Amino acid sequence: MVDTLERTTAHEDDHGHGGHEEHHGPGGLLNWLTTTDHKVIGMNYTVTSVVMLLIGGAFAMLIRAQLTVPDGAVVSLSKYNELFTMHGSVMIYLFAGPFAFGGLANYMVPIQIGAPDMAFPRLNAFSYWLYLTGSITMLLGFLTASGAANFGWVGYAPLSNAINSPGAGADLWIGALILTGFSAIFTGVNLVATIFYLRAPGMTMFRMPIFTWNMLVTGILILLAFPVLTAGLVMLYADRHFGTHIYDANGGGSPVLWQHIFWFWGHPEVYILALPFFGMVTEIIPVFSRKPLFGYKGMVFATISIAALSTGVWAHHMFTTGVVLLPFFSFMTYLISIPTGMKFFNWIGSMWGGQVRYTAAMLFAIGFLLTFLVGGITGILLASPPLDFFTHDTYFVVAHFHSVVMALVLGAMAGIYYWYPKMTGRFLNERLGKLQFWLLFLGSMVFVMPGYVLGLQGMPRRMAVYIIDPTWQNLNIVSSIGGFMIGISTLIFAVNVISTIKAPKTAGPNPWDAHTLEWFTTSPPPHHNFYSLPNIKSERPTWDYFHPDAPALVHDDHDPSHVPGGAKVDAK
Amino acid sequence: MIRSVNDRSNSFDSGIVHSRTSASSRKGLKWLALVVAPILLSGCQLPGFGITPGVTTSSHKVYKLWQGFMVTGLIVGGFTFLLIIFAAIRYRKRNDEIPRQTQYNTLVEVLYTVIPTLIVAALFYFTIVVENPEVALSTNPQATVKVVAFQWGWRFSYPGNPKVNVVGQTTQNPELVMPVDETTRVILTSLDVVHGFYIKDFNFSQYALPGVTNRFDFHVTKAGEFQTQCTQICGLYHSLMYFKVKTIPAAQYHQCLTSATSGDSFVACANGTSSLKATIRPTATQGAPVHHG
Repeated sequence: MVDTLERTTAHEDDHGHGGHEEHHGPGGLLNWLTTTDHKVIGMNYTVTSVVMLLIGGAFAMLIRAQLTVPDGAVVSLSKYNELFTMHGSVMIYLFAGPFAFGGLANYMVPIQIGAPDMAFPRLNAFSYWLYLTGSITMLLGFLTASGAANFGWVGYAPLSNAINSPGAGADLWIGALILTGFSAIFTGVNLVATIFYLRAPGMTMFRMPIFTWNMLVTGILILLAFPVLTAGLVMLYADRHFGTHIYDANGGGSPVLWQHIFWFWGHPEVYILALPFFGMVTEIIPVFSRKPLFGYKGMVFATISIAALSTGVWAHHMFTTGVVLLPFFSFMTYLISIPTGMKFFNWIGSMWGGQVRYTAAMLFAIGFLLTFLVGGITGILLASPPLDFFTHDTYFVVAHFHSVVMALVLGAMAGIYYWYPKMTGRFLNERLGKLQFWLLFLGSMVFVMPGYVLGLQGMPRRMAVYIIDPTWQNLNIVSSIGGFMIGISTLIFAVNVISTIKAPKTAGPNPWDAHTLEWFTTSPPPHHNFYSLPNIKSERPTWDYFHPDAPALVHDDHDPSHVPGGAKVDAK
Repeated sequence: MIRSVNDRSNSFDSGIVHSRTSASSRKGLKWLALVVAPILLSGCQLPGFGITPGVTTSSHKVYKLWQGFMVTGLIVGGFTFLLIIFAAIRYRKRNDEIPRQTQYNTLVEVLYTVIPTLIVAALFYFTIVVENPEVALSTNPQATVKVVAFQWGWRFSYPGNPKVNVVGQTTQNPELVMPVDETTRVILTSLDVVHGFYIKDFNFSQYALPGVTNRFDFHVTKAGEFQTQCTQICGLYHSLMYFKVKTIPAAQYHQCLTSATSGDSFVACANGTSSLKATIRPTATQGAPVHHG
């Protein structure tokens, strides 16, 4: 165990107060355009992806408005197909992933491991500009004569070929995904290299914050999954324009091949989306319970297992194709539920016996647990092929994965409320935050629950109209009310952020009494992040520094509830 | 292996003094075993949790599987839900003291790894028990129907009588006829894009894929009419790509199929209207199927 050397003096000599600003050449817009600072890039990613959340959310509002009446209240059949395609695409490709691994991870991971920046700062900047370009490219589809892509966010061949979807919107969609795909790959490279090579002295692998662990595993998953999708998209483009027949059954190709390629990316992608938010929640719950993470190493093991297993479950999206080995993919899917389930007990165990503070961030984290629980349990139902057969492509599946992604949105909000003081020096309003939480959490439940029932009643997904069975209307109206509650919660969030823009910077370095290194430096952190670093002797260096007399970590203790208030074990 | 480098406590007595969490988890396991096993085996008095037993031999088994899964899911989900709520409320902030810094508890960690493993092993077992007969193919099905999906309609043809072709698109709502108490082989494919062949009351669906021919069997137990539609996004009129399934007594089915001179006459006969008036469809508002052959 090598003790960390204090690096205080060296850093202060290099970057005295205020010195860091001259450091970076031009200021203002040019600085912003040319920056390679991971914090500025992280903020760019965060702001851009939250704008994408608003755009994707606006599509969702239109979709829910359309479904309040059986024959469609708002848009035509073809516009509706564009809307749900772009809703899914914007949320998955342009919000959830980039927000997590481009935004918060980009900002926090280097600071959490005591590094001055990402390993490849210019590549990092390149990632962001690819992402921004890709995002605009995809949305430009709406301005073309034939509209945006309209074949669903999964783009199944041969619906996505040149005959069935001839418009330029489809090409822009493919191009956008290739651009954002490369952006994700470069970010993955950067995260993995940064975490392996730029950790501060003393920051061993098993002292890394769990968010950093999750981002390491996410980075590796990105490198496994995204190149496959990008290659698949290039082949799709070739089918559309260069006369190949890779996904064309009439030319000797295979439409099912697209599904294999897509889901070989798509299932790891589910965890690429989820793991960062697991990580955020795993940071937040222990901090606001004033306890260490329960079962830290088990949690790391669970995360790695999830990643490993996630590469072998893709065909559970294809149970009804009739051409996959059902028992194998069912079995693998059941296996992956075990480490996911373990995490729940890590989270509960971290609250157990603690002092739980109901801050907005913590409420969002608890809301994440409850919403994700619904998505997790229904996922286990879907892992059984006989049960998947009659729920596949119905609203049951829509409700299942919206339970999961609404949990991720709650996790994202937890992360924002937690790290906003660090990134800006300012607090978000807690009262507005709690109001937003209740609207978002209850709205999510009101929105997803009718979907389960509708799916079991036989309502297929991606239906512009449901005149086939108008009795589905009442539940659809309930679901839409939930959707609009989510919409209002988002407006409250926007008001909250805007109202802080000119607020004084009162946060200070460590407002939450947190555990990890980002809370050791100023808010926002200086250029190259630290004036000094504490000794890193556990996975909670900041906590150790501020609580030298706190009770020691406990292994295999008795029932913690028998020791109310704790603190009876001496730190020897 | 899962021991913190900072751990300084003596864990010698932990094997004797169990925590409350672990005790309740083990109680939960026994409870689960006692409750879930009989439910998975019988399951008749339980609610349907949103679905019906349906009208095929497989759909009945799927229904029971669903009930067992729902009960298990509600128990596991409910238990976890209560734990989360309990922990959040019971351990809300009371004072400024620093609580015990519990980081590991081997027994609890082992339990929450082993118990879920046992539960999903059981779920997988029952999945296989239901799935294998459901996807197995009979050696000699008494009836066969070829289903071809296209944008945005269906063609049902019957190898037993090449003159019988039923074609309809969008809300023309073409009718697929199957015999009761016999095994019907469905041979499913698509002419263009991927479509979803879904029959709610059979608790079943399968993709219609271009370039792929899928085969599966139904053993229908009840006569009736079942309205349904395409479930996989297939383009502009996806939400209007209807079809209907009619199940009739086997004797009538074979008599109608043998005597039919066209798709229309077959469907009319199956609906009990005279085969002589086969050109007039009883549900004219929904549009008549088009003749082929």
